[in-house]
Amino acid sequence: MSDFVLTIPVLEETRREIESRLIDAGAHTVLIVDQAGNIITNCGKAHNGILDFTSLAALTAANFAATSQIARLIGEDDFSLLFHKGKKDSIHFARLGDEFILVTIFGDDVSLGIIRLKVSELMHRLSSILGISV
Amino acid sequence: MALIDLSKKEVHCKIVYYGPGRCGKTTNLVYIYNAMNERTRGKMLTIETKGDRTLFFDLLPINLGKVAGFDIRIQLYTVPGQSIYESTRKLVLKGVDGIVFVADSLKIRQRKNIDSLLDLTQNLREQNRTLSEIPLVLQYNKRDLVSSPIPTLGIEELERDLNNGRHLAFFEAAATKGTGVFETLKEISKQTVRHVADKHLFAKPSA
Repeated sequence: MSDFVLTIPVLEETRREIESRLIDAGAHTVLIVDQAGNIITNCGKAHNGILDFTSLAALTAANFAATSQIARLIGEDDFSLLFHKGKKDSIHFARLGDEFILVTIFGDDVSLGIIRLKVSELMHRLSSILGISV
Repeated sequence: MALIDLSKKEVHCKIVYYGPGRCGKTTNLVYIYNAMNERTRGKMLTIETKGDRTLFFDLLPINLGKVAGFDIRIQLYTVPGQSIYESTRKLVLKGVDGIVFVADSLKIRQRKNIDSLLDLTQNLREQNRTLSEIPLVLQYNKRDLVSSPIPTLGIEELERDLNNGRHLAFFEAAATKGTGVFETLKEISKQTVRHVADKHLFAKPSA
């Protein structure tokens, strides 16, 4: 990966877009992480105040890498989104360009459909803000 | 690739403990975790198989205080040493800023040490990086077994196998007892932070 520079105005615009599209739609927490497991930014509240963002970012990168091996078994290069459903809270991962992953955590009061719709809108917006192709 | 957050004034560096299976990479992290103050270390994340072998990786985030006004945060990772987990090692090496190569002092592991170093070189090459451009420190672990009847490698043999002509810093260690663990961490942290700072924070704009 070459050096990627994210300036403060770009970061703030990114956060505004995440807040207005996903947090306002009911998601608890949204993160952008890179494929090396670094947190680029996080929005919303730390879930129950105990969410360990560092571990979440590292495991997100690892999760994508593991499932890309499953993808290859069925003839795909990788999966562009992953969804894990919990009893109360669920987590949605979407690949953002080649280097980033958008992670959304939401409760059972929000439908998966609205999250997918909002993520899809957000991806297009972020691709132009961050200058990446999705 | 270090992450520099100018809004929070934080620098995040990734240091990876590499080496053959059962050489003591996780033991290094566990010792660091237990010895450090809660305020300066985060939660240790570990994914193991039943027999305490690392399956994915271990992760331990630590804080090293401030350099030039920036908070230095280090993420210590280990790789699974067993040769079958090559793709996981490649993943963990992504964006690495510093490497500790942990070598096993047992005579029977001599070939495994050499193979693991070659594997590291190859995995970096696939990311278009070379070993010489990344801070690297060697740790010769299990030195406490030298006085036991188990055949072990001498320092000269380990140096010849792994440090031949490289002039890398090396440390003798017994990770289960903590000997050499913090000395290794201190040296790799120093080299990594200096490397990242020279490259990104104090780099003069090219003319």
